[in-house]
Amino acid sequence: MYKLLLCWRYLKSRHIALASVISVTLGVATLIIVNAVMAGFSREMEKRLNGILSDLVFESHSLSGFPDPEWHMEQIRRELGDDVVGMTATVHVPAMISIPVNGQYFNRQITVIGIDRQTYAQVSDFARFLLHPENQKQVSFELREAGYAPGRRDFPDAGWHYRRNRVRFERALEAQRQREAQRTGGSIPTPPAGIPAPPSSMAPSDTSLSPDGVPAPPPEAPGGTHGETVDPLKDQYPGIILGIAVCSQRGRDEKGNVRDLYFCRPGDDVILTLPNAGNPPRPIDAKFTVVDLYESKMSEYDANFAFVPLDVLQDLRGMFDPQSGKVAVTSILIKLRPGANLTAARDKLRRRFPIDRYPYRISTWRDLQGPLLAAVAMETTILNILLFLIIAVAGFGILGIFSMIVVEKTKDIGILKSLGAGQYGIMSIFLQYGVGLGVVGAGIGMVLGLLFVHYINEVADVLAWLSGRELFDPTVYYFQVIPTRLDPFTVSWVVLGAILIAVLASVLPARKAARLHPVEALRYE
Amino acid sequence: MSSSTSGFRFTQRRLAPSSGAVAPPGGFDGETNASQTSPTNDTAGPASRTAVARALSVHKSYWKGPHEIEVLRGVDLTIYDGEFLAIIGQSGSGKSTLLHLLGTLDVPDRGEIHFDGRRVDHLPASGRDRLRNESIGMIFQFYHLLPELTALENVLVPAMIGRSVWRYRLERRTWRRRAEELLDQVGLSHRRHHRPRELSGGEMQRAAIARALLTRPRLLLADEPTGNLDEENGRSILRLLRTLNAEHDLTIVMVTHDASIASQADRTVRLSQGRVQGC
Repeated sequence: MYKLLLCWRYLKSRHIALASVISVTLGVATLIIVNAVMAGFSREMEKRLNGILSDLVFESHSLSGFPDPEWHMEQIRRELGDDVVGMTATVHVPAMISIPVNGQYFNRQITVIGIDRQTYAQVSDFARFLLHPENQKQVSFELREAGYAPGRRDFPDAGWHYRRNRVRFERALEAQRQREAQRTGGSIPTPPAGIPAPPSSMAPSDTSLSPDGVPAPPPEAPGGTHGETVDPLKDQYPGIILGIAVCSQRGRDEKGNVRDLYFCRPGDDVILTLPNAGNPPRPIDAKFTVVDLYESKMSEYDANFAFVPLDVLQDLRGMFDPQSGKVAVTSILIKLRPGANLTAARDKLRRRFPIDRYPYRISTWRDLQGPLLAAVAMETTILNILLFLIIAVAGFGILGIFSMIVVEKTKDIGILKSLGAGQYGIMSIFLQYGVGLGVVGAGIGMVLGLLFVHYINEVADVLAWLSGRELFDPTVYYFQVIPTRLDPFTVSWVVLGAILIAVLASVLPARKAARLHPVEALRYE
Repeated sequence: MSSSTSGFRFTQRRLAPSSGAVAPPGGFDGETNASQTSPTNDTAGPASRTAVARALSVHKSYWKGPHEIEVLRGVDLTIYDGEFLAIIGQSGSGKSTLLHLLGTLDVPDRGEIHFDGRRVDHLPASGRDRLRNESIGMIFQFYHLLPELTALENVLVPAMIGRSVWRYRLERRTWRRRAEELLDQVGLSHRRHHRPRELSGGEMQRAAIARALLTRPRLLLADEPTGNLDEENGRSILRLLRTLNAEHDLTIVMVTHDASIASQADRTVRLSQGRVQGC
């Protein structure tokens, strides 16, 4: 009983000890915040990665792919049974995209993915990331009239409406240039500066101008296999869905607001250059009309991927087996039911298609993103270790202060012993003191941490306002808000760990107190 | 001491036959020096008196650096039930050490300590802690109250030490009433809720006496109880001790270096050169 009473009185009267607990508090709060943000970050990332990659990926080593995907799918379904929720065949090829911008071509290296409209949405959350609300419901490679990205303020006019305006404007411009050329006797001027800007100043100037500025015949023959003429007023080329970062750039205007700059948008035409299915591959090129943009907010994907209809890509590249006449694909994406064991399913498929007989690579989405996920996990671990070291430092502070308190209380310890208190009792006063400090420190730290996590975006705003620098820059991260996720297990682990450290730090002084000789202690002045 | 003593007794554990034979002839404030009439050597004590505590050829030495200082060199002493014994000696004569040995705060190098007819110096630490808590009260020159607790809480500490949280809570009211009565008896009822630093030296010593008496000990050990007090307060503390001894038959052993204070006791033994000298 006296232990509790004395412990409580010491807690109330020794404020220096409470000060030593502040470092425990800060350590606990930081650990909770860091873990919540890291967990939120990786969950958000995993959700997106998994949404894009589906669960299992079955791919060929060769760019020309493997024939007869139906047979493979049947084999896979036989192996995995009811676990399979959806499957789709795709073609992945590296390609070069050329986007006409202000009379020049903007080139980028991308990966073109041929997808099957019907089945691709079953295996991935692809549709969710499209900008047009109708496309989110049902993926389509037909250009829509308008209505892209509702609610996005700086998204420019896009769709058929924009395309017609642009083509009419370009034609008028061309006609004026022709007249001008006739008047000046056939010489071809560069575009005069006084010509009014196109409806949107960011619009690509002219797809019917060849790069060197020489006017091409207005109805230009499309490249590749599309031999028929296309009237851009009424027709579109085969549709392509571009990753949003392929054709835009995020930056800040002079006022510091975040702005997206679009090099092209739904309604514009682009040229793809890609290898055909021959051996060795030869480059082919074709025109496509941008029909939508794709924004997963994973910059790696948004800046690298473009989606086209599977059959168009197969035709273009000549992906069919000359003997059987069957088309070929480069990969099959498999979606498993939720909770299915991915690794077990992968291993089953690997047994069915042994690597020494079949030229296939079979992996889970985690395998494919292994280094990224491992990096995030390692970062979390290292941060946890570092922050726990901070709490350990706090533990040594407690040790020092407790030793001082034991010295200060030497006489009282002697008194208690003369009144019949045992070693165990004296020790438990100081152990309880340690527990008390640990509980107070960790408790306050937990409350602080949870509050911080709850109001993290407000806190970030305040800090940004104070420091004049945005902490969570949306031009760097594709998140609008800081994602957080509180794991009750982690929180309790951190709190218990901190209390344990406080207790361990008080063990040595408590033992010292318990071993004091009563006569020596009473004589101590 | 005018306060009422009804309601509790210190004598409840005493043996009936011996209780009548102890009262000193002069009463509690009698100026007759009891030491003159008491035996000069404790081994010559009357056989009818019961021994509360005994020291049998006790040796104790301390180390100061490389030098061994022999403080007690074969001390024999018997403390009889109900007596007020003064141990007198110069500084460093080993009287405090003897008191600590009798109070089981320390163990002798050689020799034996008996309490209530039982050898106690070789008991395990927990056994000695228990004995100290239940049967021996101690007061000191510097009062040794716990500064964080009020006077009343200080008095209650021995009861808290001897009991688990649960049992103490059950008996809390009884203990509190007893502590209040004790404070009342030592004349501190108006200072119950004061901290030690708000009390005078005499008041602190009274609180310490009340604390020492809480568990109804058989033996009160007083180490220079007046050493830090002025004459007036010292006399008043001595009067209190005498009252306790006379009215409640409390056995008291008091250590002092002051012969005039020692003369208040029934019997005096002198410690010199580590041995008991008759005086």
